[in-house]
Amino acid sequence: MEKKAVSIISNNKTKNITEGIAKLAFQICAVLMIVAVFSITAYMIMKGAPALQKVGITDLLFKTLWKPTAATPSFGILYIILTSIVGTFCAILIGVPIGLLTAIFLAEVAPKPLAIIVQPAVELLAAIPSVIYGLLGLMVLNPIMYFFEQKIYANNNTHQFSGGANLISAIIVLTIMILPTVINISTSAIKAVPQKMKSASLALGATKMQTIFKIVIPAAKSGILSAIVLGVGRALGEAMAISLVSGSAVNMPLPFNSVRFLTTAIVSEMGYANGLHREVLFTIGLVLFVFIMIINLLLSFFVKKGMRQNG
Amino acid sequence: MDSQATVVMPQEKVKSSIAKKKQRKKDILAYIAVYLSATLAVALLVGIISYVLFKGARVVNISFLTHVTSFLDGTVGIAGNIVNTLYLIVMTMVIATPIGVGAAVYLNEYAKPGKLVSIIEFAIETLAGIPSIIFGLFGMVFFGATFGLGYSLWTGALTMVLMVLPLVTKNTKEALKTVPDSYRVGAIGLGTGKWHMIRTILLPSAMPGIITGVILAIGRIVGESAALLFTAGSAKILPASFNDLLEKTMQSGGTLTIQLYLSMSKGEYDIAFGIAVVLLVIVLEINILTKVLANKFDLNKKAK
Repeated sequence: MEKKAVSIISNNKTKNITEGIAKLAFQICAVLMIVAVFSITAYMIMKGAPALQKVGITDLLFKTLWKPTAATPSFGILYIILTSIVGTFCAILIGVPIGLLTAIFLAEVAPKPLAIIVQPAVELLAAIPSVIYGLLGLMVLNPIMYFFEQKIYANNNTHQFSGGANLISAIIVLTIMILPTVINISTSAIKAVPQKMKSASLALGATKMQTIFKIVIPAAKSGILSAIVLGVGRALGEAMAISLVSGSAVNMPLPFNSVRFLTTAIVSEMGYANGLHREVLFTIGLVLFVFIMIINLLLSFFVKKGMRQNG
Repeated sequence: MDSQATVVMPQEKVKSSIAKKKQRKKDILAYIAVYLSATLAVALLVGIISYVLFKGARVVNISFLTHVTSFLDGTVGIAGNIVNTLYLIVMTMVIATPIGVGAAVYLNEYAKPGKLVSIIEFAIETLAGIPSIIFGLFGMVFFGATFGLGYSLWTGALTMVLMVLPLVTKNTKEALKTVPDSYRVGAIGLGTGKWHMIRTILLPSAMPGIITGVILAIGRIVGESAALLFTAGSAKILPASFNDLLEKTMQSGGTLTIQLYLSMSKGEYDIAFGIAVVLLVIVLEINILTKVLANKFDLNKKAK
């Protein structure tokens, strides 16, 4: 009897200690996430801000001449920023309608045997490493683009031939890469629309397609917006897939120009850059980081809004 | 909308519409668009896989997988890159799994809704949304320069830990949520401590979710390139002897994706497609594995 009582007490003591340690350990793990985000932010600002000061904010952000290795170097990244914005915008413009229609197919239209084929296909598309998309873009898209380029600019002496590595190729690759993101998120948003809303619409005599486009899509709006925002994030941040496909010169973002994105500038120049050039590349990273943070804030706004709607 | 109105009004038309199942032109167009989009998604996948296989299948053979590219021996192969990838997977997951699972346990079992939790949740969302090239830059200056690890597998692995943490945490959290509350109440009622309950009841029940998260993270590591280019570097040598196995973690090592990128930029397309085939096979296996796991361990299915 005595022994038992003692064991229970001592057990309690050690139990309390282990409980405390366990809770602390779990808490540290969770807080590490905040530390990680905080230190990434701090380092990006620390490394990216000096060049802003050295070159001058307006000279860096709003000048277009990019000659980092010339005798009198010039670091204007406006074209690089514009390329990222234009490229992402076009990819969203093409990718979102296709993605949304595919999501409608998966969530509402597809007969079961077809959904079983399409769903895993979309998941696989998401899982394919980005370098493979780059390889295919380089081997398939660029020759096609070069063919068109030769046709269109046959009698043009001022055009700088890019060999097909141009903005259009990059946009196509980006479009394909955001498709799975848009499809997956929109599919679950559409599936979350309550059945009673659809039933009511059908009972009132609307056809299935009317129900989908006039009832289901508006009801799933905030989820679809999150899908678009996530797609924007993916397109803005993609580096390896488009680094070889988009060409290797900084130009105005016109369809047949060889262009450089925020991401591809870092990938292709960080290897040999030093001094101020290197610092400017970190500034490019900082610009990209700011864009992404804005997108993250937008995303959490939409997610919260969606929660409020559903709950 | 207006076509709808005209259909309802006259008596005759209603009858004929019921019998004939009148189709609106817009509906047919919508159906065509929906089917075309879905076909495009599938066609893309089929096209990508068959093109890569067509171009790369003949490159892949035993010697390609077991040799290192060397001008001295005249061999072409990716053994070094395969070993580097394995190193990176093991090193990353050994660190990321406990932290990720721990964070999920804290969020789901300990934390009360409040400021701290919402900040942590936001941090996880942010980590998941940061593009890999930013992780690469951060890893290069933080682990590489500040920690003095330089271009090494450790730098790469620590960078990858940050990237895969959200994946592990999210999946573990989802799995913990599906564990019925009666398990918790039962365990506490029998007199166990919270830590004991987590260790013996919750984590085993959530194991499928945790494993799924780990496998997805491995997939991410296998496919990652931008974050590794400036952290893990691009060396492709094999460890020379048994004693070098640990030392190798401090050396630079390029994974399969990095080698694919380098081969591609050097114009060695045969090697690039060979690696692409290997990568596709790995990705496919990981995909199937997660599916099988999800089906096998589905708690809700078992209960039925």
